[in-house]
Amino acid sequence: MRALLGSVKALNGAEAVAYAVKQSNVDVISAYPITPQTIIVERLSEFVANGEIHAEYVNVESEHSALSTCMGAAAAGARTFTATSSQGLALMWELLYVTSGLRLPVVMAVVNRALSAPINIHCDHSDSIGARDSGWIQFYVENSQEAYDTVIQAFKIAEHSDIQLPVMVNLDGFHISHTLENVNILPDQVVSDFVGFRKPANVRVEYLGREVPAVLDGVTPISLGIIALSDYYYEFKMMLVDAIDKVKSVIKEVHNDYLKVSWRGYGDGLIDPYGVDGADIVLVIMGSAAGTVKYVVKKLLESGLRVGVLRLRTFRPFPYEEVVKVLSGVKVIGVMDRATSPGAYGAPLFNELRSALYDLDSRPTVVNFIYGIGGRDLEPLTVKRICEKLLEFGRGVKPASYVEYVGVRR
Amino acid sequence: MSRFEIRWHGRGGQGIVTAADLTATAAIKLGFYAQSIPTFGTERRGAPVIAYNRIDRQQIPERSPVVEPDAVVVADPHLLINPKPLGAGLKSGGYLVVNTVKSASEVREFFKRDDIKIAVVNATKLAMDVLRAPIVNTVMVGALVSATGVLTLESVINAVRDRFPPRLADPNAQLIKQAYESVKVE
Repeated sequence: MRALLGSVKALNGAEAVAYAVKQSNVDVISAYPITPQTIIVERLSEFVANGEIHAEYVNVESEHSALSTCMGAAAAGARTFTATSSQGLALMWELLYVTSGLRLPVVMAVVNRALSAPINIHCDHSDSIGARDSGWIQFYVENSQEAYDTVIQAFKIAEHSDIQLPVMVNLDGFHISHTLENVNILPDQVVSDFVGFRKPANVRVEYLGREVPAVLDGVTPISLGIIALSDYYYEFKMMLVDAIDKVKSVIKEVHNDYLKVSWRGYGDGLIDPYGVDGADIVLVIMGSAAGTVKYVVKKLLESGLRVGVLRLRTFRPFPYEEVVKVLSGVKVIGVMDRATSPGAYGAPLFNELRSALYDLDSRPTVVNFIYGIGGRDLEPLTVKRICEKLLEFGRGVKPASYVEYVGVRR
Repeated sequence: MSRFEIRWHGRGGQGIVTAADLTATAAIKLGFYAQSIPTFGTERRGAPVIAYNRIDRQQIPERSPVVEPDAVVVADPHLLINPKPLGAGLKSGGYLVVNTVKSASEVREFFKRDDIKIAVVNATKLAMDVLRAPIVNTVMVGALVSATGVLTLESVINAVRDRFPPRLADPNAQLIKQAYESVKVE
């Protein structure tokens, strides 16, 4: 085996994100600090102030302005990055839809944090899960290393000529953003060669009879963000739907290319199964708690139980074909959501997964376990108890409820 | 060593999170896998603070709080009035490293356990003499690595030099060395 490229650093997840941005030939950064994302913004502003990167750092007065700035710069052809969390993402809301609607390949790190009220700074996924229908690609990473790797991949995916969509890289607040651990950093030149520089996609301009870069560069006038009422809006949305359907193959391709330069990969880039082959029960999960689940599952596997974990790396696009393929034949599935959807029958990951499995000839028992809301710890013992419950369902015990909230007082 | 886990107890302002970061950084530089996990409330000076370390030769998948530590470090002597959370889960044969003017046997009285090793250091005095401030984090790092032998003295001094400019690194390196030499284990 070839020696690993690069060097091992002790970084927390937020620093790992900032380091990836530093190496990715970014032109414009605009962000507003909010706990637990602040470290990302601090490090990036230091890199710019020290002249370590030649990006424009635009200070703004709010997250609404931060994303607006990135949109404007991206429309002019720049590679742009921003980062936010929780209330900051909420304030960006109307721009989320504008960014994807204008097909601007902005990359944003979201450090997942619960939404107010009550005020809370700790992790859950309710901020970004709420934005699932906004047309952004969404990654959920497991640790600082994957946060670093995914930010680098995100630029290539967002700017791919068939895609041209914004990407959200989600990392769990504190559990990843503030946990210092081993991160393997690639040499600057390797990352620079991998991501290259942004090449805007072309559009055909009828009156010129040729293709021009789809940017507001003042050379060839084009319009972005025009009005499209009932006559054309639907067609624009359909183009967005078609584009995000192509994302899965692009993610796999970019993930595979990155694997070749870094020797690091995460399943096929979309799903990351562990012990799923031949498993009686499987837990499905996203984010950092997948690590704790893997730790428990490893012990259970060693004791002879057939237990697996399926970690979803993307929620948008939802990898339904891949999920159905690896889960067909599994009798009992536990879906672990770190978000609530008050009034719904179960949380979002559970609903999408169960819906994807509906067309199987023999449908499995699928139970939702909602955990970790507002930063509540998920302890290995709790995961073990969930596994024991699922094994019972596998022996024919009928679940008392298909939606369970774990680790909560009531 | 297969796995070594540490729990840090202190108060906001004593630099406990930095102490855990320095410990993990030193371990990573020695070629181990390591984690430094802080716990945050609303940041208040003086409020009790906890941080955790895991050190291993293998990759560390889990990221839940440490519940059965191999070592507990107590950076604030006044936390001893409530010893229960300090000793919680501490493994038999484990280490309790305390900033105190008391002797190890006096500290043992609080915990009523014969199956752990107790290390004491007057960290507040050392820090006041050198830094003129009761910031005891680096002293406790020195005491921890001396008492447990989990990492080398050189590795934690290097971690300090890596993180801080010389005007801060020099006195803190001196403190680590003093703590390393003066900690008493029983």
